[in-house]
Amino acid sequence: MVTRMETGPGQVTVYLSGELDHHAARPLREQIDGIAERCGAKKLRLDFEGVPFMDSSGIGLIMGRYRMMCALGGELQVTGMSERLRSIMRLGGLERLPIFPQQKGEHNETDQ
Amino acid sequence: MKPINELRLEFPSRSANEGFARTAVASFLAQLDPAVDEMADVRTAVSEAVTNCIVHAYPDRIGPVIVQVRLYRNGRVIIRVKDRGCGIPDVEKAMEPLFTTGGEERSGLGFSVMESFTDRLKVTSRVGKGTTVTMEKYIAVRQP
Ligand SMILES: Nc1ncnc2c1ncn2[C@@H]1O[C@H](COP(=O)(O)OP(=O)(O)OP(=O)(O)O)[C@@H](O)[C@H]1O
Ligand SMILES: [Mg+2]
Repeated sequence: MVTRMETGPGQVTVYLSGELDHHAARPLREQIDGIAERCGAKKLRLDFEGVPFMDSSGIGLIMGRYRMMCALGGELQVTGMSERLRSIMRLGGLERLPIFPQQKGEHNETDQ
Repeated sequence: MKPINELRLEFPSRSANEGFARTAVASFLAQLDPAVDEMADVRTAVSEAVTNCIVHAYPDRIGPVIVQVRLYRNGRVIIRVKDRGCGIPDVEKAMEPLFTTGGEERSGLGFSVMESFTDRLKVTSRVGKGTTVTMEKYIAVRQP
């Protein structure tokens, strides 16, 4: 479910909530794509803070949105994931995708 | 060895039942007093297996999904998820990470998730007859 959205210059943040399984994925996908299309923003941010459970259907949803934003010459960012959700992302090697912004407390080697 | 307790669920392959199935199995396991992570592992693995029945086994009809949970001594749990759907022609290939016949919105990671969140995974399938996924999980016995 989308609980809230926030738009800024060239970007939109969509706040998700509830359990993200196959049943929830389809309506969620339609909502997100609708919002992205209406805003025409180059940067789509999905916030998972309110998502306590996700399975591989969530990975499919993220990959689908990632491809969509790449095709539009834009960018996808994923924020607010619990360690549990990130461990599911890691299974498919997805933590290597450039979709996780640097967290507070994580530093580049250069700015120690 | 005889199970000390047993649950059997059967429901039609409607996606609304995905949440019900994982929650029902988790509630049944509560008697073993699992850790939060163990409970989450089981919920996720059951969700994957049940979703596969709904998405792949019965692509254009509704059919039965059977979930069976058996509890044994020492925290050993066997979960079986069974359908009478289309079956899998090449199980080994289907279990490879990222392999999917589900198109754009599927990642092909369901079996990888089941494998990493349980202690053992076995898949048997016959084309035209159906598929059975058997997962084994040990819930640590916690000393009081
Ligand atoms: N119960 C089943 N009946 C028939 N085919 C199945 C069944 N379960 C899995 N498969 C086949 O195995 C493939 C891999 O399954 P897996 O769960 O790993 O990935 P997926 O379901 O395609 O994608 P994801 O689970 O990441 O959304 C499926 O694409 C499908 O072809
Ligand atoms: Mg699957």
